[in-house]
Amino acid sequence: MKNKMKKFVCMALVVVMAMACLAGCGDSAPASEGGSGAASADTIKIGWLGPLTGGVAQYGEAVKSGVDLYVEQLNAAGGINGKQVELVAYDEEGDATKAVTGYNSLMDDGVVAVVGSVTTAPTVAVVTEAFADNTPMITASATAIDVTYNADQDMVYTNMFRSCFIDSFQGVTMARFAKEELGAATAAVLYDNGDTYSTGVYEYFVNQCNELGVKVVATESYASGSVDFSGQLTNIAAANPDVLFLPVYYNDVALIASQAADAGITATMLGVDGWSSVLDSVSDPALVEGAYYCSGYSVEDTRELVVNFLADYAAKYDGKVSNMFGAQGYDAAWILCNAIAVAEESGAEYGSAEYKQAVIDAMAATDSEFVTGHVSFDDHNDPQKTAAIIQIADGAESFWGNF
Amino acid sequence: MIVLQQLINGLQLGSVYALIALGYSMVYGIILLLNFAHGDIIMVGGYIALLIIAAGISPLVAVIASVAGCTVLACLIEKAAYTPLRSAPRISLLITAIGVSYFLENVAQLILGADPRVFPNTAVIPAVNYNIGGLNVSLTTLVTLSVAVVSMAALTVLVQKTKMGKAMRAVSEDMGAAQMMGININSTITFTFAIGAVLAGIGAILYCCKYPQVKPTTGYLLGLKAFVAAVLGGIGSIPGAMLGGLAIGVAEVVVTALGYSTWTDAVVFAILIVVLLVKPTGFMGASLNEKV
Repeated sequence: MKNKMKKFVCMALVVVMAMACLAGCGDSAPASEGGSGAASADTIKIGWLGPLTGGVAQYGEAVKSGVDLYVEQLNAAGGINGKQVELVAYDEEGDATKAVTGYNSLMDDGVVAVVGSVTTAPTVAVVTEAFADNTPMITASATAIDVTYNADQDMVYTNMFRSCFIDSFQGVTMARFAKEELGAATAAVLYDNGDTYSTGVYEYFVNQCNELGVKVVATESYASGSVDFSGQLTNIAAANPDVLFLPVYYNDVALIASQAADAGITATMLGVDGWSSVLDSVSDPALVEGAYYCSGYSVEDTRELVVNFLADYAAKYDGKVSNMFGAQGYDAAWILCNAIAVAEESGAEYGSAEYKQAVIDAMAATDSEFVTGHVSFDDHNDPQKTAAIIQIADGAESFWGNF
Repeated sequence: MIVLQQLINGLQLGSVYALIALGYSMVYGIILLLNFAHGDIIMVGGYIALLIIAAGISPLVAVIASVAGCTVLACLIEKAAYTPLRSAPRISLLITAIGVSYFLENVAQLILGADPRVFPNTAVIPAVNYNIGGLNVSLTTLVTLSVAVVSMAALTVLVQKTKMGKAMRAVSEDMGAAQMMGININSTITFTFAIGAVLAGIGAILYCCKYPQVKPTTGYLLGLKAFVAAVLGGIGSIPGAMLGGLAIGVAEVVVTALGYSTWTDAVVFAILIVVLLVKPTGFMGASLNEKV
C-alpha cells in the first residue's frame, strides 16, 4: 500500500493546512455548547480515533475532515432526535498502544460510539477492546480483513464496521464487471506475488471468475521490483484473453502496459485502485487506452450526493477537493449517525447496553446511498458497496459509473 | 511458435545485457577492475535522454547526447577516481568503483528524486508491431536486436582491425611490455572506458525503450546482471561477453516462461556461483596467468 499512500500525501497535506485553523473551531464549538455537564441529556457524544500527528497523520486529517463536515451539517440540521452531536477526537499517532489508551479515554469521556481508527494496526488493537464492551465502531479506511474478523477463532467482531471496501472486494468487483459489462468469456491475470494486496485481489478475482464462468486462461506473476514482463506477457498473448487483469500499482502498470503492446496483447486491461493517476506514469496514454479500473470514489461522480458533498467540502475547507479518505470519513460518520438515530427512536436509555446494541443492529441493517456508493453490510460487516469505475478513454481518466 | 516468441524476448533482453557486459569485460581485461559503477552509467544515460526529450528537443539529439554524456562521464570517472589508484592494490580500485556507484545513485536521487521518471519510449521508437511468419515482433525488438548486432560487429572490427584496437589488446596482454613498445597506456585505458561507455549509452537507450522508467537505482541490478553475463562469458573476453549476455537474457525469460518468474534473479545469481565454482574462466575466458 506504500505507493498508493504516497499519492495521497500531497492532497492530504493540503487538507492538513486547511485543518490547522479550521479543525480547532470545528471541535471546540459543540464542546463548549454541550460541555456544561447538565447537557448530557441533549447531546450525543461520538468518539473519533485516528492519527493527527506522526507519520500517517495525513490520512487521519483527511478522514477527520470528512467526519467533521458531516457532524457540522448534522448539527446545523438539528442534530439527532433534537440532540446535538459532540465529536470527541483522540490523536493516537498511528500507534496501536496509544490507540487502546485513546479508546479507554474516549470511554471515560462517555462516548456511545467510535469512528476509527484510520490505519489497520491501531484499529485491530482497539477492536478487541471495543468488542468486549460491545461499543459500536466504524472505520473509514482500515482495509485488512482482520479488522472485522478474527480468523484464528473464526469470529466476526459484530460491533465493528467499515465504510471503505476491502482489498479482496476489488477482485470480485472487477470479475463481475468483466463478465456483466464487458461480456468477457476469458481472462488473464498478471500480479505481483511479493505484495499481499496484489495476491489477495488476484485470488478473489480468479475465484469470482470461476463462479461466473469466465475462463481464466493465464495466470502469471512476478517478483516485486521486476521490470521485464515479456516472458509472462508472451504467455498471456498466446492465450488470447478477452480481459487482462492487473491488480498492481501504477508504476508497474506503466512497465506492463508498454510491454503488453510489444507482445501484441489487445485484451481490455482491468485495474484496481492502485492504478490511481496511472496516466501520469505511462509513457504514452495510448498504451492504456480503453482500460478500466475501480476506485473507492470519483470526484467526477455526477450523483447529487457527491456533487453536494464536494461543494460543501470545498466551502468548509478553502476550496479543497476531498480525497478518497475524506469521502469515506464522511460516509463513516453518516452511517453511524443514521444508526444512532434508529437507537434514539427505539427508546433505549442513552448510553445503555441496549442502546449500543440498537446502534449496532441498525448499522448492520444499513442499505442506502452514500457519497462513496451504495452501502450494505455482509455477515463480516464488510460493505457490499458499489465501486466507482474509472475508464481511460481518449487519453484521459473519466468516470464511467458506479458498479 | 511460443517457444520462438519467448526466445526473441530472451534475445532482446540478452542483447542489452551483452552491450553492458562488454563494458565490464573490456575494462576488466585491461586494468583488472570490476567497474561496478558501469551499471549506473546506464541510469545517467537514461536520465539525460529523458530530460532532453522532456525539454522538447528531438529524440535523435537526445540519443546522441545521452551516448556522448555517458562517454564523458565514464572518462571523467576514470581520470578522477581510477587513474590515481593505478598502482594501488586491486581491492582499493574495486572499493572505489563501488563508492563511485553509490555516489552516482545518490547524486541522481538528490537532484531528480527517488520516484521513477517516465521515459517517453514511443517518442524514440514508435509502438509498432509486425507479424513475421506468425511471430509477433515489435519495432523496439527489431531495433534492439539490430543495433546490438551492429554495435558488436563494429566493436569487433575496432578491436581486431584498428591500431587502437591493437593497442588495447597489447595493454590487456601485458601493460609493462606495451608501455615499453611505445604504447600510450593512459590514453589506451581512457579509450577503453570510452568505448565501454558508448556501448552502455546505447544499452541505456535500448533498455529505456523497452522498460520506460528511469530511477536512481535503475543501473544497480542491471549492472549486476551484466556483470554475471561477463563472468559467464569469460571476463576479459569480448565475444564471451556477447554470448554471456544473450545466455543470461534467454535464461531469465525461460525461467519466467516456465512459470517460475519469482526465481529469475535467483537463477541469474545461481549461474554466477556455479560458474565461479566450476569454470571460473566462463565460456571463453583465457585461463588467468597471474600478472606479477
